[in-house]
Amino acid sequence: MSNTIMLDPTAELAPAERQTLPRLDTLKDATIGLLDISKPRGKEFLDEIEKHLLTLGAKVKRYRKPTFARVAPKELNQQISVECDAVIEGLAD
Amino acid sequence: MSQSSEQKFSVVIKKDCPTCEMIEPVLTELLAHYPGNVSVYVQDDPSFPKSVENKIDDTSLEFSYKNNIEIVPTLICSTQSKETNRTFGWDKAEWQKLTKLSSLGKDLDDFKPGCGSKTQEPGMEEQLAARFDKELLLSRNIQLADLEDEIESCYERGWSDGLPVVPPTTVRVIRMLKGTNRSPSEIIGNIPPDNVPCSIEKVAINAVLAGCKPDYFPVVLASVEAALKDRFCMHGLLCTTYFSGPVMIVNGPVIQQIGLNNGINALGQGTRANATIGRALQLLIRNVGGGKPGGIDRAVMGNPGKYTFCFAEDESDEDWSTLAQDQGFDRKDSVISLFAGEGLQPIVDQKSREPDSLVRSMAASLKSVVNTKLYGGADAILVVCPEHRRVFRNAGWKKEDLRIALYDNLMASGSDIIVGAKGIAEGMPKKFENKIISKFRDDGLHITSTGSKAGMFSAIISGWVASGEKGSQLVSQRI
Repeated sequence: MSNTIMLDPTAELAPAERQTLPRLDTLKDATIGLLDISKPRGKEFLDEIEKHLLTLGAKVKRYRKPTFARVAPKELNQQISVECDAVIEGLAD
Repeated sequence: MSQSSEQKFSVVIKKDCPTCEMIEPVLTELLAHYPGNVSVYVQDDPSFPKSVENKIDDTSLEFSYKNNIEIVPTLICSTQSKETNRTFGWDKAEWQKLTKLSSLGKDLDDFKPGCGSKTQEPGMEEQLAARFDKELLLSRNIQLADLEDEIESCYERGWSDGLPVVPPTTVRVIRMLKGTNRSPSEIIGNIPPDNVPCSIEKVAINAVLAGCKPDYFPVVLASVEAALKDRFCMHGLLCTTYFSGPVMIVNGPVIQQIGLNNGINALGQGTRANATIGRALQLLIRNVGGGKPGGIDRAVMGNPGKYTFCFAEDESDEDWSTLAQDQGFDRKDSVISLFAGEGLQPIVDQKSREPDSLVRSMAASLKSVVNTKLYGGADAILVVCPEHRRVFRNAGWKKEDLRIALYDNLMASGSDIIVGAKGIAEGMPKKFENKIISKFRDDGLHITSTGSKAGMFSAIISGWVASGEKGSQLVSQRI
């Protein structure tokens, strides 16, 4: 080994292993949140998704981030996690 | 045992010191009086001095460093391992008093100054801190293999923005930390996008990577604090598909203190402070925050300023307020401002000699920010060159006059800029058709000044389309 010692400039984090939540067996009677991130045409896209979900027997709740440029407020995340069984985020671009 | 016999003495000397040579008989006398209680540490040549038995080799300088020896000879008195007194150089009366030997060195001159300890040689302190102060830094140590190239190994570990980085050796990081009084373990904030708590030490490591000098470190720290303000929205700026990145403008005495460029080619290459301070923040976000192009950074094209974009304002005109003053600071304050922006759009005007003409010229160019038909979305910085500034000043204008005149000239009829107008699909929503619209939101146009004295070339730094409360606003931080 050489005498050169460098210091790690990174956060030295181990990659986080996150368990995925249990998948829904059926959409029937499940409450699905649709989160619009406030990008143009996101609403039209989510309207279509909503139609499909309703025909599959799901209930739908709609949510909207105040601005796409910023992360969703904590309160909104908590509200969705309390009110929904699953969430679909509508990303534009 | 008398109290004095419980006292221990340590003497630190080096051969390359005439005073240490001179006190050789003093050392033998001391050893004879206090057998077993005197330790003589030699910094350079362990065979020196010949007449002294059982000298201790301190060529590693461990003892000298840990005991903060600045001058040789130094006499340290201690009781029960606690230092009670010390003297340095040869001061006969002081040595006699501390050793309680009234005839110690009686044949020598009363006084002879010592020499600098080897620990004080340039660059030595950081070397010794790296070797002996294991508690100082907490980051993971990475030892390279014999044949491993330092710079290539930094590339391979993913620490680079594409350009070579300065390998962050322990010594270099310790040297960088000399630029601040803040503790290396202090947490400066959470770095996006991973929102990882970041220590001053991690900032220092990335400042080393970027090529900063320790003198720049306070500016780097202030830039990080500015970037972490909620108003700046660093997380969103990093993620955006748009071109923007952080643009830094420095004001105040620090410009001259560290040699930031606010003259010829101020926004270009060639000045270490400009180049490396801007780069340090980007590398920190990459390495600590985990923000990498293709990962969270989704820019369609990006812009070259994402490597680094930092310049200083030309503050030579006392009656022209600086950007920092516009943000509520004093001219004497050193301040860094961060703006989410990109690129540079020139404003060439070599004919206007009257303010009214020049304002119209500048406003017309400013209307091109983002798209000539999009209003109120992106902020901008107007960078006024000294010759253009002179046109305003010769007519008695101050910056506020320019700002007001620009505002008046930055209005457009909605019918000209709505979607479809002029055969262009892009444009403002149709609801603005019968309105008069301002190009920039309130507080969306900032004015600064920099560049060389010759050339009637001002510039626009265009801002992020998500400017304002919905995204990013200019932030300023005292350095």
